[in-house]
Amino acid sequence: MSTELYNDGPVVHQATFIDGTSVEIPELRILDQDGITYPGADLPDIDQALATKIYHSLAFHRVLDERMVASQRQGRLSFYMTALGEEATSVGGAAGLKPQDMIMMQYREQGALIYRGFDLEDLMNQLFSNAGDLGKGRQMPIHYGSKALNCMTVSSPLATQIPQATGYAYGQKLQGADAVTICYFGEGAASEGDFHAGLNMAAVQEAPVIFFCRNNGYAISTPSDEQFKGNGIASRGVGYGIKTIRIDGNDILAVLKATQIARAYAVKESKPVLIEAMSYRLGAHSTSDDPSGYRTKEEEAKWQSHDPILRMKNWLIKQNWWDEAQETTLFEKYREEVLAAVKVAEKIDKPHIDTMITDVYDVPSAQLQAQLEEVKAHVNKYPEAYPFTAGKF
Amino acid sequence: MAQINLLQAINSALDIAMAENKSTVCFGEDVGHFGGVFRATSGLQEKYGKARCFNTPLVEQGIIGFANGLAAQGSVAIAEIQFADYIFPAFDQIVNEAAKFRYRSGNEFNVGKLTIRSPYGGGIAGGLYHSQSPEAYFAHTPGLKVVIPRNPYQAKGLLLASIRDDNPVIFFEPKRLYRASVGEVPEEDYQLPLGKAEVVQTGTDITLLAWGAQMEIIEKAAQMASNDGISCEVVDLRTILPWDIETISNSVMKTGRLLISQEAPLTAGFASEIAATIQSECFLHLESPIARVCGLDTPYPLALEKEYVSDHLKVYEAIIKSVNF
Repeated sequence: MSTELYNDGPVVHQATFIDGTSVEIPELRILDQDGITYPGADLPDIDQALATKIYHSLAFHRVLDERMVASQRQGRLSFYMTALGEEATSVGGAAGLKPQDMIMMQYREQGALIYRGFDLEDLMNQLFSNAGDLGKGRQMPIHYGSKALNCMTVSSPLATQIPQATGYAYGQKLQGADAVTICYFGEGAASEGDFHAGLNMAAVQEAPVIFFCRNNGYAISTPSDEQFKGNGIASRGVGYGIKTIRIDGNDILAVLKATQIARAYAVKESKPVLIEAMSYRLGAHSTSDDPSGYRTKEEEAKWQSHDPILRMKNWLIKQNWWDEAQETTLFEKYREEVLAAVKVAEKIDKPHIDTMITDVYDVPSAQLQAQLEEVKAHVNKYPEAYPFTAGKF
Repeated sequence: MAQINLLQAINSALDIAMAENKSTVCFGEDVGHFGGVFRATSGLQEKYGKARCFNTPLVEQGIIGFANGLAAQGSVAIAEIQFADYIFPAFDQIVNEAAKFRYRSGNEFNVGKLTIRSPYGGGIAGGLYHSQSPEAYFAHTPGLKVVIPRNPYQAKGLLLASIRDDNPVIFFEPKRLYRASVGEVPEEDYQLPLGKAEVVQTGTDITLLAWGAQMEIIEKAAQMASNDGISCEVVDLRTILPWDIETISNSVMKTGRLLISQEAPLTAGFASEIAATIQSECFLHLESPIARVCGLDTPYPLALEKEYVSDHLKVYEAIIKSVNF
């Protein structure tokens, strides 16, 4: 682009400043809280089988969160993070994709893994960091990942996955694969430099990536009006030259519709898309956080009435695809399954001591090998101080 | 064999890597049609197309974040950071992400196919931000490999090995030598091993250890010392992480003395790691304290560059002091 062509917009001769209000960003909403679709709304591609699968994932997610918070409170688990009130964003997003698409999570999107069919056993083994964990017990709970399910392993540093998603999607495009990458992040993470880097590079390098922002109003204790002053996250997408949509994140049909369209566009045009899903973090940030220190019960109660799972249930009942008896049976079944899985996972051994040095490199270096041998000799000398590993190698 | 300079050797390695694998991609600031500010990627876009050799926006954390994702996907990602001085915005992506990718996922995912190339080191009137030698920052990061060549032959062989190694590698190219260092380099494909030091010159009285452009300096000092009848064993470390303890220990057990020279500042430089390890491994063989001849603990100055650098005279004086201890 030469400099004379740089500005192809209108020219004025009075100093005219514009602000965020010049760009109006509507919010897509298909389903109301009573489960009725708005007149003329564009429904997503969905049938009873898909709807049932989505609802089962939502219900399982809700049960899992309840049970695991309780387990953490009982001291059985070191840490946990719920997605209370936001389950539709992860489950609906995953439902709008194909199995070969890569999912990159921040940490509040286990719904995507659940939808993809991650085993309850695998979930539990990760949460209890035992020998069965695919991640070999190295990361904190909630840091799931699965190569088989195309779900990238979660890491704690915020927003680092955003430019990575751009690179991953670029690789998919180079291969000519019918595949995209979806990248989840919160509105707080969008303040990181990596958000800017990832979106700008995706636009310039033309990568088929769906950026999915969960704008849930809070980053730990920081409300979004202390996070940004512009028109949310969506207004920025336009600035990067990225097709952008804002949706009601508690409306499963809106999430599904937006993701389905975004995927089709990203594959066909090989370009990025930004989805900003408006929602509310109903639970605490994590089990280490108490939201009563920074927000009111009234505010929480207001959002409780926008529960995405209840909204979908209302819709399913109106479709004659669901009833209260099925509801009770399903939740009871999940409660029993999760509780049983907790009891199994917490009894499994810690990972073998040798896994402390594997996977640092493809092959452990001589130095690492020597360090491990020293630790083993030490454990053998003071076995009572190292109950998890002593006598086990 | 052709006589080529270090830049041409880098370019030849990249050319071979791109030819052998359709998924090999080179990118960074000004890397595309222009061929890089030092011309290391010259001609690659023309030969392999814009999709495989391209300019990125000016954002180092983005370049390495993108590279991490691309490598995780299975493509061979060769990212360029224009100067090692500007690698710090990507420090998080390198240290928290690239280095820990395999470990944290239990080997479900890895970025073994990532190589980061970056011009490195001083001696070119580059002042604070075109002279730095940041290898020690990365040496403290398990999961990375850090490699630095000393001449064109080494550069090509070590870069090809770095690209093919199944771990993320940072490859620092001594930019003072880009055009200054010329030597015979095979046109064909070859590799030099990572993690192996090379004894460049055998000797009996003292071991001199360095890497990158500093090799020329210690070789010059060794020549001066040999005029005084001192026999120096000159060793190129080549790989900073993981480093070759065995070769260095064997040399020091033979000579009884060790001098390490680096361009980077003294305090917590990589020479400190080597000194601590060797005094532990070779305690009964050491006949004098291990000497470190390094940059000062200051930012890299412009006008006083000559005084700042660990030149051959400073190395020579340290050799004499060690031998006369």
